[in-house]
Amino acid sequence: MADTTAAKPTEPVSSAAMRRQMLREFWFYFSENRGAVLGLIVFIALVFVAIFASFIAPHSPFEQYRDFVLLPPAWAEGGNPSYLLGTDPVGRDILSRLIYGAQYSLFIGVFVTTLSLAGGIIVGLIAGYYRGWVDTVIMRLMDIILAFPSLLLALVLVAILGPSLTNGMIAIALTLQPHFVRLTRAAVMAEKTRDYVTAARLAGAGPLRLMFRTILPNCTAPLIVQATLSFSNAILDAAALGFLGMGAQPPAPEWGTMLAEAREFILRAWWVVTFPGLAILITVLAINLMGDGLRDALDPKLKRS
Amino acid sequence: MALLQIENLTVEFETATGWFKAVDGVSMSVEKGEVLAIVGESGSGKSVAMLAVMGLLPWTAKITADKLLFEGRDMQNISPAERRKLIGKDIAMIFQEPIASLNPCFTVGFQIEEVLRVHLGLDRQARRARAIELFRQVGLPNPEERLSHFPHQMSGGQCQRVMIAIAIACNPKLLIADEPTTALDVTIQKQILDLIMALQAKNGMGLIMITHDMGVVAETADRVVVQYKGRKMEEADVLSLFESPKSNYTKALLAALPENATGDRLTTVSAFFDGNPEPAPGVNA
Amino acid sequence: MDTMTDNTMLEVRDIKRDYELPGGLFKPKKIIHAVKGVSFKLERGKTLAIVGESGCGKSTLARMLTFIDEPTGGDLLIDGQKMDTRPGHLTPEMRQKVQIVFQNPYGSLNPRQKIGDVLGEPLAINTSMSAEERRHRATEMLKKVGLGPEHYNRYPHMFSGGQRQRIAIARALMMNPKLLVLDEPVSALDLSVQAQVLNLLADLQDEFGLTYVFISHDLSVVRYIADEVMVMYFGEAVEYGTRDEVFSDPKHEYTRTLFAATPRADIESIRARVARKKAATAA
Repeated sequence: MADTTAAKPTEPVSSAAMRRQMLREFWFYFSENRGAVLGLIVFIALVFVAIFASFIAPHSPFEQYRDFVLLPPAWAEGGNPSYLLGTDPVGRDILSRLIYGAQYSLFIGVFVTTLSLAGGIIVGLIAGYYRGWVDTVIMRLMDIILAFPSLLLALVLVAILGPSLTNGMIAIALTLQPHFVRLTRAAVMAEKTRDYVTAARLAGAGPLRLMFRTILPNCTAPLIVQATLSFSNAILDAAALGFLGMGAQPPAPEWGTMLAEAREFILRAWWVVTFPGLAILITVLAINLMGDGLRDALDPKLKRS
Repeated sequence: MALLQIENLTVEFETATGWFKAVDGVSMSVEKGEVLAIVGESGSGKSVAMLAVMGLLPWTAKITADKLLFEGRDMQNISPAERRKLIGKDIAMIFQEPIASLNPCFTVGFQIEEVLRVHLGLDRQARRARAIELFRQVGLPNPEERLSHFPHQMSGGQCQRVMIAIAIACNPKLLIADEPTTALDVTIQKQILDLIMALQAKNGMGLIMITHDMGVVAETADRVVVQYKGRKMEEADVLSLFESPKSNYTKALLAALPENATGDRLTTVSAFFDGNPEPAPGVNA
Repeated sequence: MDTMTDNTMLEVRDIKRDYELPGGLFKPKKIIHAVKGVSFKLERGKTLAIVGESGCGKSTLARMLTFIDEPTGGDLLIDGQKMDTRPGHLTPEMRQKVQIVFQNPYGSLNPRQKIGDVLGEPLAINTSMSAEERRHRATEMLKKVGLGPEHYNRYPHMFSGGQRQRIAIARALMMNPKLLVLDEPVSALDLSVQAQVLNLLADLQDEFGLTYVFISHDLSVVRYIADEVMVMYFGEAVEYGTRDEVFSDPKHEYTRTLFAATPRADIESIRARVARKKAATAA
């Protein structure tokens, strides 16, 4: 109504206060989703464990205690309280290996997501902004990548590049990238027709400025959600590659590799496979729940009143 | 007995900054055969109040009212099944976006016949005959052919005619029109308003016209309720509202009409009140 | 150029715009004539209102005047200069002379850009002004359109529709244009806010000597703001003249239909309608 005087006194003025208010709003929508908050707590705990692994872990992840091979968990019969989750076939403490494994998993997630996100955004922006034959070529290429089962493609790539954790991560990033390209392209195409882009063009903005300064910031919400989902996907795929012997190489305490090493003991010593498997399950579940909450909180339909 | 009687209706929503009162203690009533216009700007709660009556608000909304009666029946404690029987039959509604209000996956014929089947239980032949009759009534050319058309094959004005046909299919006692012409061109608006008014006079139904356009109010209403930020500002018959508005807010609205401009600037709201206007005396008694 | 007098700001000669609908495998291409040869002249400091219903080509015309779309044919002269509208041939100086304000204030501001940056962007791109000076200019402009320096750091979603339209107007004025194309600038706004924005536009026109092309479908607004009126119907200008000519003596059939369809809110028509209804119910 009284149009010019409508500003409420509580509205923030400085940039810092503005950011605080937006954060508060974000938290309001995020915290409505209980699963998401739970996921966030687990994820923060995971990050904490990964960072302070050397302080938390009771043993070295590589030290082989020859006297305590295949020890069951502490609460089971014959367990030893100093090896809380038991030991593996060569006498290494499973808990310590899991704790150090968190480092691997998080690193894989961050590296793969960053790589595929950055590549996907650039390629998607170009395809969505320029359209025409550039778009056609890029999108058909992405369709081809998507047509392969992702793990199979990653396996082929690793077979060509040679089995190692780095090559595995690059391969996974490549298989995840088309999702980002498609998402970015769709968002760019939708945003490009909006009046504010035309207005920026009329102000004289060039294509680079339009793409990265004007359009891209408005496409971030779906990309952030997809990034969290890719994060868990990357961990899962890396574990699968590790299990198949094409990812992280022994004796690295990577969760998938741990599973692979313990394969032959599944029937004799349940704990050597159960705990790495549980670690993967809980991590991936937590991150997916968090992604769900992010989608709720960043949904433009809710935010753009 | 009033057709629809609302007393002290309040609707609240929870937001990031606490509870927000979309409708704040509003009372109104519509008689049989009467045209009541609810006029207000965006955020005045004019649509929300009617959606609350229809029970179409999401469950997060908190609705309280002293009275919410349709033909003397309490609409607050009515069972969902009873409500479904009532809505679409005795109370019908037309919305602002005609093309979006129709399901794009089905032909318009299917959509109108569905209403006839659910509420009146007519057989196939009777449904078809009635649908053609209704389409003719709302002035759609070639009604037989129209039945097999999809919404995207028709213009906005034609879609609104279909919506009206669906709304009046069961001879409702009350028709709620929520900004029925806002999305339409002015020549089409004229046709649609004329159609609604003709149907209202012929069927003698109560009509609630929700609008922000003073011109539409002037052309249709018997009685007018003016709302602002969820509160009722004024209630009067249409002539006295335009002739001698009581509340400052109504005065401001009328002065802001470009056709009422005197001199080379328009009179803005600040000439009438600062901050929030007060309702006209006695209006919320 | 000889037909140009000093006082003509904008001249449009037989401007046309065709759209090509791409044909399918078995479908031939289809050409849509959105604007079929429109001509007019507009004096400095005056307002031309272009009226018509959706799909009549008025928005396409607006987009051609602001170089968003390239005309298929015809000439566009601004300030006595013939515009080379081919993409890439437009100099920044020419571009700065014309700006546009869009209809929807919710789509025309970048949701992720602070108001200060919205206003500063044209300066940052086209001038070598320091950040300090840009900030100063933006703050000045905010005051001109009735907002305050405290709004500088806010994001668009914190403003009402009317305030956003003020910001859009401020952005259009940052490069000191001479001609402002207003594409339905008040039709998305509430009545009371519409009056404020119309007043603001009138104030700015007086202060900067702006020339307006005002696109609208609302005849009461047009009657209030325009000096000259053009009525468009299916891509053609069916009526063109001064406001008083058009409103008092409409020549074309369509213009008369348009006037007849506009709702009347004056007391006499309401009284007549109420009396008619009473007579009908009594009978």
